[in-house]
Amino acid sequence: MLSEFLQYLFTGITIGATYALIALGFTLIYNSSHVINFAQGEFLMIGGMATVSMAAMGVPMVLAIVLAIILAGVLGIALQRFAIAPAKQADVVTLIIITIGASIFIRGIAQLVWGKEYHVMPNFSTNEPIEVFGAVLNSQSLWVLGVGAVLVVALVLFFTKTLIGKAILATSMNKEAARLVGIRTQMVLMLAFMLSALLGSVAGIVVAPITFTSYDIGIILGLKGFVAAAIGGLGSGVGAVVGGLLLGIVEAMSAGYISSDYKDAVAFSMILLVLFFMPRGLFGAKIVERV
Amino acid sequence: MLKTMMRRAGKCAAVAAAALMMMSVQAAEPIKIGSFLSVTGPASFLGDPELKTLEMYIEKINEEGGVLGRQLELIHYDDVGNASSARNFASRLIRSDQVDIIVGGSTTGATMAAAPLIEQAQVPFISLAGAVVITTPVKKWVFKTPQSDRMAAERILSDMKDRGITKIGLISGTGGFGSSGRTQTLEVAGLLGIEVLADVTYSGSDTDMTAQLTNIRNTKGIEAVLNFGFGQGPAIVTRNYAQLGMGLPFYQSHGVASDSFLELAGSSAEGLRLPASPLLVPDSLPDSDPQKAVVQNYKSEYEARWGSKVSTFGAYAYDGLMLAVRAIETAGSTEPEAVREALENIKGYVGVTGEFNMSPNDHNGLSADSFRILEVQNGEWKLIN
Repeated sequence: MLSEFLQYLFTGITIGATYALIALGFTLIYNSSHVINFAQGEFLMIGGMATVSMAAMGVPMVLAIVLAIILAGVLGIALQRFAIAPAKQADVVTLIIITIGASIFIRGIAQLVWGKEYHVMPNFSTNEPIEVFGAVLNSQSLWVLGVGAVLVVALVLFFTKTLIGKAILATSMNKEAARLVGIRTQMVLMLAFMLSALLGSVAGIVVAPITFTSYDIGIILGLKGFVAAAIGGLGSGVGAVVGGLLLGIVEAMSAGYISSDYKDAVAFSMILLVLFFMPRGLFGAKIVERV
Repeated sequence: MLKTMMRRAGKCAAVAAAALMMMSVQAAEPIKIGSFLSVTGPASFLGDPELKTLEMYIEKINEEGGVLGRQLELIHYDDVGNASSARNFASRLIRSDQVDIIVGGSTTGATMAAAPLIEQAQVPFISLAGAVVITTPVKKWVFKTPQSDRMAAERILSDMKDRGITKIGLISGTGGFGSSGRTQTLEVAGLLGIEVLADVTYSGSDTDMTAQLTNIRNTKGIEAVLNFGFGQGPAIVTRNYAQLGMGLPFYQSHGVASDSFLELAGSSAEGLRLPASPLLVPDSLPDSDPQKAVVQNYKSEYEARWGSKVSTFGAYAYDGLMLAVRAIETAGSTEPEAVREALENIKGYVGVTGEFNMSPNDHNGLSADSFRILEVQNGEWKLIN
């Protein structure tokens, strides 16, 4: 009984941690520009695919990972520079549509470069699963959780302790005021895209040994990440993490205890419920209208 | 009176002469083979090798002098895996291209969308898609080359029975392939007296099936597990299965019978069994096997021409084309009814997929034995029987 519960919990937390990382990427960009970046899933895909293909070319694993993360970061900057920045006066909705276009574009390129097959990435450490009270834990899950935790802590420190982090926060709170005190908001925006690309690619890399990776893996994982961000409340870092874990655990529990047929239905009705009673999500900021 | 009769007779003669002339012109004209395949899009892994196979063998047949002294001409459209464009292209093939026979339809969806139209136009149609509904009940003008999922279920479950397994757990994908496979498995299991104690599913985009497998593991009395699914899902199931240390005999369906599955699943696939085309193990077939030469030839020709690995799906197109050619040769013309009848009476054609014995009640012509049971041993396919 306990082992069963633990098994579902492990499954849920692992996948939930991935959702959380993707949701954090959404949050970062949303905070700095109020844009929901639907190309977030593609960063995830770039991370995984670039690592796999470079490793296949004989590049050592660690180097391949670093290069893949850098590639994703460059892509994030390019996305902001060439797609978002030229349309700076446009509505948020227009910008969101631009990100959708960008994601289709990136996916198309990836399909041409890497083909349509699924690829495997070896586990970072041992292939042997770990047994805890009768439940089995993939060693890679520990990596996902560990890397996720480190990234969350790093982000918190970045936003509270560094000047650049504070500049991003300032821009998110009031763009005009930030500009007046000398913050280069375009620069901040670029930084936000780069950071969220880095986050996405790291998530894509640590989770690839579990899920496999292919040119279109970003669609569904990106969507789930967005859902997690919405549950937690768009714009809230804590919300993204809680939303991601919650979504993962609810999915796994309903697959295990109710029926795998209803897994997605349960997850999505949860979103409906949360948004119904708390329209701004679990941790969403309260908006106070000034009169 | 006489005059009008004369005039009529004259008209008749003129029409007959014109018809004769047209026929002689037609004799030199190429035989048009129409095709709509999912060459790009989500089902491109089906359509791509199918188109390559058709192109390559039509070229080859033409070099060797064609069929009935006429060259073959391939007219092909890409339906991108979309059933409604498949229907449009089928209509274009019939109306404006006026093809003599259609070999195509990569997916069951595309085939079923186009079938009513083709039936109505009365053009022989050889489908390359799997589901049992295509030829059951029999449609007059529709044939197909792949084995149906029902045969796969029969083959798997009877192999289980031979090993003394009577209680199984079933995990299947919710996609078309998985859910149809699930239905067939449940039906066949009932007939063979095998109990399905657990029946769980996963969706195509799921990235972890541990929860479902735990469910199966906790069901008492299960002696083997069968996964009916397609794409990367079964590879994840296989890995989770190994991680959980399930330890029971494990079966997959023909949906993942390819080398890329072995690559994805890695060492977790060790010991699992599945029904597959002999194309995966051409060299371990005994010399007495009539398919051995056909299979070896197709594999080496395809790989030499395209420089990529041969796939079972391309073989469906190979068999489709060869059946069409054989039927046209037997009929001695491309007259649709004659070709259809010839197709229906093909017996003992040994193809890559199996031996085809068509009949008016069976427009597939394969038996469950055309599947071979393979086991993964040391990371390679091994022929069991």
